[in-house]
Amino acid sequence: MDQTAARPEIQHQSVTFAEGLTLDCGRHLGSLTIAYRTYGRLNAAKSNAVLICHALTGDQYVAEANPETGKPGWWEQVVGPGRPVDTEKFFVICTNVLGGCMGTTGPRSEHDAHAGQPWGTDFPPVTINDMVRAQKRFIDHLEIGRLFAVVGGSMGGMQVLAWAALFPQRVFAAVPVAAAAYHSAQNIAFHEIGRQAIAADPDFWAGRYWEHGVTPKRGLAVARMTAHITYVSEAALTRKFGRKLQETAGLSALGDRFEVESYLQYQGSSFVRRFDANSYLTITRAMDLFDLSADYGGVLPSAFAGTKTRFLLVSFDSDWLFPTEQSRAIARALNHVAANVSFVEIKSDKGHDAFLLDEPDFHRTLRGFLAGCAEHAGLS
Amino acid sequence: MRVDLALIAGMVAPKTRVLDIGCSDGALIDHLFRNLDCDARGLEIDMETVTLAVAHGLPVMQGDADTDLASYPDGAFDYVVLSRTLQAVEKPREVLRQMLRIGTHAIVSFPNFGHWTLRLQLLFTGRMPMTKNWSRMWYETPNIHPCTIRDFFDLCAADGYIVEEWLAADEAGARAPWRRWPALANVFGEQGLFLLRKA
Repeated sequence: MDQTAARPEIQHQSVTFAEGLTLDCGRHLGSLTIAYRTYGRLNAAKSNAVLICHALTGDQYVAEANPETGKPGWWEQVVGPGRPVDTEKFFVICTNVLGGCMGTTGPRSEHDAHAGQPWGTDFPPVTINDMVRAQKRFIDHLEIGRLFAVVGGSMGGMQVLAWAALFPQRVFAAVPVAAAAYHSAQNIAFHEIGRQAIAADPDFWAGRYWEHGVTPKRGLAVARMTAHITYVSEAALTRKFGRKLQETAGLSALGDRFEVESYLQYQGSSFVRRFDANSYLTITRAMDLFDLSADYGGVLPSAFAGTKTRFLLVSFDSDWLFPTEQSRAIARALNHVAANVSFVEIKSDKGHDAFLLDEPDFHRTLRGFLAGCAEHAGLS
Repeated sequence: MRVDLALIAGMVAPKTRVLDIGCSDGALIDHLFRNLDCDARGLEIDMETVTLAVAHGLPVMQGDADTDLASYPDGAFDYVVLSRTLQAVEKPREVLRQMLRIGTHAIVSFPNFGHWTLRLQLLFTGRMPMTKNWSRMWYETPNIHPCTIRDFFDLCAADGYIVEEWLAADEAGARAPWRRWPALANVFGEQGLFLLRKA
């Protein structure tokens, strides 16, 4: 259902559920398609499944080259043979989130009421809980009763928390990384800049850009550039670029004078080739709406009352988008219900993005935690 | 495992819920899980140590005894352990109160500041004693609340805690034979180990 000329047509592995899905907003999606990838082998007892939840602009290609960009999988350092989430031991599942643009039902999928037309901005608002219910439909389809672990960073971490709250019996171990129990005002503010940039692009056409054979490239690129700054730390930007200048002649207010500018522009332009603007609007809104305690009378511990799930919370000390205090608040909420919690803050100067990068302490911690859980689950 | 940890483990009943505060690398909780089938967890203030413990598969969270105990519910554990840490917390009395709120038993060990070597050093040198247990200068020691075995008995009496079991041990943690004489233990015991419960 790809009508935007800029994107290559790729068949993603997927399964469609004809019964659809009822969303938090009350609307019903007539059919639900889940695009997914799996790695490793499911054991006979179906007890070694690990669900990886991806972040805002991630996808299901967690441990293999992305077919659209040709770049390595976004978490190959963490997921793969011999990696912390070892695909020789675990059956790893990753699905594209509801509202995404890599094959799962989203704004680019066919409209329920208008055959041959994409949803576009008609696509209903979705929530993190909706994403998790869609994933659960897929896990039911695989006839996996209990996931050994659910692991994810950033928005993926929000999904992990929602899994643990909504389906505690189905999750043996939960690992929210660089996550938070709600999206803060500052986070929402940065997302809003991105959404406004997209809306202000003349090629947006009120969200019906496919009818004009264009995409709001400039707006989406600015959205990505703004977001990218929030993913890195000031220290990392200084280390990488400092005030280094580009080798260009003359002075101009616009154009890449500093290296950090051309870096950001590259981030923006490579993003627009692979991401759909309406998906970006849908998913950023889902993150903004996330407030786990809101469903439990504003009392976060109630979200985890009686949980038997084992938790590992990981934060990074230079992450100012999902700062350590957010993870610590979740850890304390879990203490309130006497849950089994491990919590570490990893030293890194790479900011929020650290969860995607080469962080040996994080990887050791995750590997050890999963090994300990495997022992408790009788897996090893 | 350290001998003093073995003594602590000896006070814990099998298949119970245990929180080890200041658990360091988690040797005690690992032992309690493997040998006594306990649901044992740890709290440790030093982040690098926490990372090591979690990387060994142990359920340990980074936190501070002075501030984090308040987040646990009443009676969440059968035993709350604080080994060789009481003298280093900011509010020992409050930490002890929290321990006996969230656990039905508290197990506390601490280096005894009443040991004869410390008494003699203070008497003859006129300076803060320096021993293997008390090895940092007064201006940089983390041990900001030293106490003696008798002091600890007094605190338990004042706050209404019942001493179910106690012993004095030497530095290596070997049990020392002054069971019936707190006054002697207070002179010859290098560390005190107590099993408490609320009255």
